[in-house]
Amino acid sequence: MSDTSEASSSSAQREVELTWRLAARRALHAPGLLPATTFILLLLVWEASCRLFEIPTFVLPAPSRILGGFDSIAVTRWVDHVWATLRVALIGYIASIAIALPIAVLLARSEIMSRAIYPILVVVQSTPVVAVAPIIIVALGSGDLPRVVITCLITFFPLVVSTTTGLMATPPELIELSRSLRAPVIREITQIRFPYAVPYIFSALRISVTLAVIGAVVAEFVAAEKGIGYFIQFSTSMFQVQQAWAGLVVLVLLSLILFQIVTLAQRIWFPWSLPKERT
Amino acid sequence: MASGVAAIRFSGVGQVFATGAGTLEALCGVETSIARHEFVAVLGPSGCGKSTLLRLVAGLLRPTRGAVEVFGLKVTEPRDDIGIVFQKPTLLPWANVEDNIVFPLRHKMGRVGAQDRERARALLAKVGLAGFEERLPAELSGGMQQRVGIGRALLMNPDILLMDEPFSALDALTREDMGFELLRIWEAQPKTVLFITHSISEAVLLADRVLVMSERPGRVIEDLAIEIDRPRGIDTSNEKMMHDYVGHLRSLLLKRAA
Ligand SMILES: Nc1ncnc2c1ncn2[C@@H]1O[C@H](COP(=O)(O)OP(=O)(O)OP(=O)(O)O)[C@@H](O)[C@H]1O
Ligand SMILES: [Mg+2]
Repeated sequence: MSDTSEASSSSAQREVELTWRLAARRALHAPGLLPATTFILLLLVWEASCRLFEIPTFVLPAPSRILGGFDSIAVTRWVDHVWATLRVALIGYIASIAIALPIAVLLARSEIMSRAIYPILVVVQSTPVVAVAPIIIVALGSGDLPRVVITCLITFFPLVVSTTTGLMATPPELIELSRSLRAPVIREITQIRFPYAVPYIFSALRISVTLAVIGAVVAEFVAAEKGIGYFIQFSTSMFQVQQAWAGLVVLVLLSLILFQIVTLAQRIWFPWSLPKERT
Repeated sequence: MASGVAAIRFSGVGQVFATGAGTLEALCGVETSIARHEFVAVLGPSGCGKSTLLRLVAGLLRPTRGAVEVFGLKVTEPRDDIGIVFQKPTLLPWANVEDNIVFPLRHKMGRVGAQDRERARALLAKVGLAGFEERLPAELSGGMQQRVGIGRALLMNPDILLMDEPFSALDALTREDMGFELLRIWEAQPKTVLFITHSISEAVLLADRVLVMSERPGRVIEDLAIEIDRPRGIDTSNEKMMHDYVGHLRSLLLKRAA
């Protein structure tokens, strides 16, 4: 190390500069920073336009007024409403998974089953759930059951289709390996096909969990005395628009949190199934 | 050879597939036999039924005509003494290297014992992957992945090793390296090898015998014994004999393609 002090100081300076530039770039790419900035900007523009153009609340309340909407009922009432919606969404979601996975196995394994069942699924999927909801409520009475059924109906199709696709996406060589070992079919499904379907199943699980919230809300619109959907409808009927918007915000947050939980579950338990990170 | 029974025998094997547009004759009158511990390479144009041949031996397919025998017994279902290596390694992406190697046992028996793991680690050392037990397939190079594939095929200590273009996805250098590695394993623990390849030089370099198949419907049109001394190594590629064999096979394959 016989560098002249001048040269070493300039190289040190360059190093510092480089470190700074790297840090700046990393900050820019920090997860969440960019979307958070956009979101805050959007809120500011929204607030400003509402005040500037004196937009009436029933058309579009300013964010600050929506914030006020949260105070219109007690926290315990909020918890009550959220729990009612969440309960139906989750029960419907889980029931839907429990039904969809076995059906997907059936569809993937048997051509005949696939041809027999698939058209029925398409018909069910093509029927607008919103239109069927009142009929289901009439048929199954009040209580959670009809709401769970509606949630099930709305979340079911993506789960079945995506899981079936995943089960069929297994490399044929591995199926041949399984057959060459004369292994039980059940192990072909549990040890090869299902793990291979995990990325497909999770992309459906993410879609379906937000659909489950929609299903629960649709059911509440038709008949309910509790839940965020009910609360929004009730508020609008009383012209409490900022209150309805507060309900909407809660609903969006609920969906986002559920979505993130599913994403997190995949990251924790099935990290290998995530797409390769872009670098 | 000692027992006098061929490891693999094809007698008048024909294979016809039913397809959407009618039938497709993949193999017609395949007639050959392979001795125990012989290393046989198969060359032939694309789609001539080489993989079909291999799947017949594996018991994954029943011949439409004729019969395939393994150690004197007609093949009616997959046997325990056959290992398969595919063109792509097709490992389980969620399982580490060791779990991938013991997978056939776990899949067949439902559980893996401590001894099996011991054996898997010995196998890993044998295919040159000691120390990689905990790695995931995605962290390995293509050549290393195929080593795991070979280890997996060797787990049940099969008498017969079926290899369907096992090195064709590798770069040229890795490919040659893997060939010698395979020879080393085969010489240390002799097995009957049926090795499908598109590379003429690879076939000559590795095999005791090279079978050449016709275009579809495939049958054996040349059965060439490769009488180059073993053990073979890097220098073998430069031998005159090697060039003669390769030249002969190339002109045969090119003439038919023309
Ligand atoms: N299960 C099947 N059903 C219908 N046709 C098949 C089936 N398996 C193979 N074939 C057809 O039989 C022919 C031979 O196939 P095969 O895979 O054995 O050829 P190959 O010699 O291995 O070709 P390649 O060199 O491209 O691997 C092909 O035309 C293929 O399309
Ligand atoms: Mg092939």
